[in-house]
Amino acid sequence: MPGPIQSLTRAAAILRLLAGGERQLALGDVALTLGLAKGTVHGILRTLQQEGFVEQDPVTGRYQLGAELLRLGNSYLDVHELRARSLMWADDLARLTGESVRIGVLHQGGVLVIHHVFRPDDSRQVLEVGSMLPLHATAWGKVLLAFDPVAHGDLEAELKPYTRRTLVTHGDVDAECERIRGLGWAGEREEAGDGLASIAAPIRDRRGSPLGAVGVGGAVERLTEDGEFPARLVAAVRDTARSISRDLGATLY
Amino acid sequence: MAHRYVAAIDQGTTSSRCIIFDSNSRILAVDQREHRQIFPRPGWVEHDAEQIWARVQEVVTGALDRAGLQPSDLTAVGITNQRETTVLWDRATGRPVHHALVWQDTRTEALCADLAADGGRDRFAETTGLPVASYFSGPKIAWLLEHVPGVRERAEAGELLFGTIDTWLIWNLTGGAAHVTDVTNASRTLLMDLRTLDWDDGVLAALDIPRSLLPEIRSSAEVYGTARGVLEGVPIAAALGDQQAALFGQTCFGVGDAKSTYGTGSFLLLNTGDEPVRSRHGLLTTVGYQLGSDRPVYALEGSIANTGSLTQWLRDRIGLISTAAEIETLALTVEDNGGLYLVPAFSGLFAPHWRPDARGVIVGLTGFAGKGHLARCVLEATAFQTRDVVDAMVLDSGVALKSLKVDGGMTSNNLLMQTISDMLDVPVIRPFVAETTCLGAAHAAGLVTGVWSDLDALRADWQRAAEWTPRLDPRTRERRLRKYHKAVELAKGWIDEDDEIEVG
Ligand SMILES: Nc1ncnc2c1ncn2[C@@H]1O[C@H](COP(=O)(O)OP(=O)(O)OP(=O)(O)O)[C@@H](O)[C@H]1O
Ligand SMILES: [Mg+2]
Repeated sequence: MPGPIQSLTRAAAILRLLAGGERQLALGDVALTLGLAKGTVHGILRTLQQEGFVEQDPVTGRYQLGAELLRLGNSYLDVHELRARSLMWADDLARLTGESVRIGVLHQGGVLVIHHVFRPDDSRQVLEVGSMLPLHATAWGKVLLAFDPVAHGDLEAELKPYTRRTLVTHGDVDAECERIRGLGWAGEREEAGDGLASIAAPIRDRRGSPLGAVGVGGAVERLTEDGEFPARLVAAVRDTARSISRDLGATLY
Repeated sequence: MAHRYVAAIDQGTTSSRCIIFDSNSRILAVDQREHRQIFPRPGWVEHDAEQIWARVQEVVTGALDRAGLQPSDLTAVGITNQRETTVLWDRATGRPVHHALVWQDTRTEALCADLAADGGRDRFAETTGLPVASYFSGPKIAWLLEHVPGVRERAEAGELLFGTIDTWLIWNLTGGAAHVTDVTNASRTLLMDLRTLDWDDGVLAALDIPRSLLPEIRSSAEVYGTARGVLEGVPIAAALGDQQAALFGQTCFGVGDAKSTYGTGSFLLLNTGDEPVRSRHGLLTTVGYQLGSDRPVYALEGSIANTGSLTQWLRDRIGLISTAAEIETLALTVEDNGGLYLVPAFSGLFAPHWRPDARGVIVGLTGFAGKGHLARCVLEATAFQTRDVVDAMVLDSGVALKSLKVDGGMTSNNLLMQTISDMLDVPVIRPFVAETTCLGAAHAAGLVTGVWSDLDALRADWQRAAEWTPRLDPRTRERRLRKYHKAVELAKGWIDEDDEIEVG
């Protein structure tokens, strides 16, 4: 095993120093305290600053811990906040496609539905907020599997077959994820239930990490044409995912 | 057919919003900005009217930019606003003489008590539909005339203008050309006769308010003038108080239709048709809307002062959460309220109790109570208060509620919507476009300018986006309601006559 990387060890020491005692330190003080050359410390501070881990006071020129560091500890976005910020876009997606919309996040090896908008036809529907969807058999789950390494790690060893079309081997799921990463969205046709289909795309945070998936689900006859997912529906779902992500601060395209 | 777009400006208590809709009622773009809440003393709440005007111009420009549109692409603009909030300004310079007194402000309570000493709280109710309360604009105007140096003289000399926020915005948008208000906003001043739809000389005399201050009262949907500046050339074609706009946006056009809007405060309105109905159970009689030269449509209103503001309080003053939505996360860390009941009478109790001498209480505290329970009891307070006004409405109208149409920022809170359904024991229904306030203003403006042909065209755009159904057993519901009502009794009468600080 190789030894510790010197610059990382020094960066850690600088962060620890900034975290304790005085809140702001000058470059010279940091160098002096750690017994390092000013140039070395400056290089490390600049890099930490670029990553947002350290901030420099524009007036005094002194350094302090950056906001990014605070965010690291609780970097997840509150799911209720995600719902509040998605509400308008999800409503619009349902109206545009005429299908019901769900937003799901990874939770205990499955997809937790945190938001559900009815199909806009005034038919009797039941709110499914709080219910779980399978990772390997729905468009929402497959989006998470493809884009979120944690989700992929959560996948069960035995994949439950819901229909004849459910992907039940890890090889098939991995190949599908590869395809989804290339496309940027996922489709599912009668893999979770007979007669049902879904289309979903990833919602990303400001760093591009996947927070969840937004998608439409409904009758396979409406969601597919000749076995394909119509471009109109796919575009609507992807636009919605982009709009929500943009509102959450992601810089896309 | 070329696309037709309508803008709505929603000037609210906490923020200003501009939304641009297309002719299918779809949202093209939104922009929103908060303004400063000024709390000079307990019970006093002010806004800087000039900052509000600046924010409104910013969000209009912002929404147009996001939609990629020019003002010339807009067929019309509709205005909706926080109601009752009172601005007095100089007609020559356009400068306000004082910060705006916000509807939640209770500084006029002493003045109202004096007024009520002669003829009771309901002395103007027959004419105006309202009790004498610090909530309404009339007493706020009287306070400004009395307490701001020089203002009485300038008002008598005809130098000053009064407006609720609709009036202030239309005056500024038209570059000072139009000094008008609409019937719904005017019905919240305590100064308008509900039947003649004109200012009432009796009330004006009692409050000693010169008529020269007052804007002309117009319908809710007609062209008041053409905008200049950020909306250069766009007809200003509708104005509605925010709650009335939401009633319109929820397509509550029929007698018996009702909606509840969950924002800073919450307001349940029931369409009572072309006759004003007097409440015997603490509700207000108000104008719902008036389309051009049509007869006005009246409504009964249950006003709750503090609902979303409690979330803000938990966030900004108590610091338990960092965003409004996190209250749900915190509330879900516990299974129930842990025995805590909160009565948020921060500015007295509104409907159906109308007790200015009440103040907020939290009861049932034990060593077991934690912050999750506090979050729960804050959310439950909104549900209990809704139940109280629904009960009053059922008593007044004699019609049982079958379901409740809801909208507003708090409808994104799933736990709250479920709790409301549980407490009312009826389904709670959220429509598409939770921004019904803006939608209502856009619809009214679009009706005037031919974007929509008639009310049926608007009805066709209403559809349910979500529905919560009751899940609580009756015994638990009754027990919780009983506890809440015990807590309400404890909140009443907290203010004493010599509590200078609390009542100003
Ligand atoms: N998820 C939530 N749970 C609880 N309260 C919330 C939630 N989201 C927003 N709120 C509260 O709802 C209010 C915002 O809703 P909305 O934007 O409809 O208010 P509003 O009354 O229209 O604002 P304004 O008074 O500016 O018009 C705020 O008071 C906020 O604290
Ligand atoms: Mg509002």
